[in-house]
Amino acid sequence: MEAAIAAHGLRKRFGSFDAVQGIDLVVKHGEVLGFLGPNGAGKSTTMRMITGFLAPSAGSVRICGTDMLVDPLTAKGHMGYLPEGAPCYPDMTVAEFLGFIGAVRGFGGAERARRVDAAVERTNLQGVFHQPIETLSKGFKRRVGLAQAILHDPPVLIMDEPTDGLDPNQKHQVRELIRTMAKDKAIVLSTHILEEVEAVCTRAVIINRGGIVFDGTPQALDAKAPATVARNRLDHVFRTLTTADTETRR
Amino acid sequence: MSRLAPIVRREFSAYFNTPLAAVFLVMFLFLTGIFTFNVGQLYERGQADLRPFFDFNPWLFLFLVPAISMRLWAEERRIGTIELVTTLPISIRDLVVGKWLAAWAFACVALALTVPIWMTVEYLGAPDRGAILAGYVGSALMAGAFLAIGSALSAVTKNQVVAFVLCAVVCFLLLMAGYPVVLDFLGGWASPGVAEAVASVSLLTHFEPMERGVIDLRDVLFFAAVVVAFLWLNILLIEWKKAD
Repeated sequence: MEAAIAAHGLRKRFGSFDAVQGIDLVVKHGEVLGFLGPNGAGKSTTMRMITGFLAPSAGSVRICGTDMLVDPLTAKGHMGYLPEGAPCYPDMTVAEFLGFIGAVRGFGGAERARRVDAAVERTNLQGVFHQPIETLSKGFKRRVGLAQAILHDPPVLIMDEPTDGLDPNQKHQVRELIRTMAKDKAIVLSTHILEEVEAVCTRAVIINRGGIVFDGTPQALDAKAPATVARNRLDHVFRTLTTADTETRR
Repeated sequence: MSRLAPIVRREFSAYFNTPLAAVFLVMFLFLTGIFTFNVGQLYERGQADLRPFFDFNPWLFLFLVPAISMRLWAEERRIGTIELVTTLPISIRDLVVGKWLAAWAFACVALALTVPIWMTVEYLGAPDRGAILAGYVGSALMAGAFLAIGSALSAVTKNQVVAFVLCAVVCFLLLMAGYPVVLDFLGGWASPGVAEAVASVSLLTHFEPMERGVIDLRDVLFFAAVVVAFLWLNILLIEWKKAD
């Protein structure tokens, strides 16, 4: 079976700045990949190239076997995407917004209503269904973004910092939701929270300065920490991996 | 084509979800009334036609149409939803055309609300209905051209005020292209051929025949060409500078 996401040799230059310098990433169905890295490492840029928002300077992206550069509409149809900050139209109600997304995704009539209801139920948005999005709290807005991404039950789900800015209860809810969807989907999520990787991910990828510095299971990541480190072991590994070159320079 | 409908519906209702539609319609009708009856002296002329209305129409559009088009792309950039819509399975062409159609439909609603002025001259005399209809067609085409220009310029910024000013300036230059203001400016350094070419792209020279009741296919094609050219530019601008 074709890999859900197959990115090869992804590069992105912004002027003279190499944001992403050759990233290879293959994600299979059933994998939950935690994408880690310091701010500015190229996480969002990589995700934006995978989702077709940014054209890569070099390299290729295939979603469920469809090349993003050759047939972007089919590739985007296989994919749900929660951009950073979960942007939504503030003047629309949750009902109108999800109905709009459903219509653009090609669902009509009863099928659309059924899918909107299912997404609303999964993200617990029933209580604010008829409220304008601009009146919602940050947690609700994030969940509207999530509902929008899972509306068409996509085989590939890409989320840029899905739990950023949420309170512990909301974080728990989003992680539960990810876990329930993990079985048959390929999920990529970026995060700054290392426990999140242990909690929901089957695989962790750390990037630094536009390149991959670690790719393995969360357990393997944990094992990299010296036995003497008792607490915050992942933080220790993360720091070692992403600040290594600055330390050798000192 | 089926993906176009949700875009048009969303963009059209977006005008009515905010006070923009109400403010716009009130301003447009109020100013239209002043220009037609007070400045244009519809009653005093003693002629049952809508010339005063159509004479001022392009100048009203010059300041009001950019207010419709300014939000089309600048707002998407500002709130970041451009990343959402351009990663949905819909082409940028459909997005651009859908947004323009919605804005044009809104402008046509505003135009349709001026029908009471038509009713007034119908009551007062026996106007040439064909000429009035041709005037409305011309006004709608003019609004469509302004909106395509405004939509393309709204794609270059995330600031709606900048989008408004850019659109008003470009539309002003295109309106005035056949007039001494622009031609004298060109006459200083450009060859006569260039000045002639510039004069022929004046929106006003293509609007005036319709205002008089003559729908010439060439004028209609001219406005259609302006719309297509600027929407095409709009598509390119979004494709090139999606993420900036």
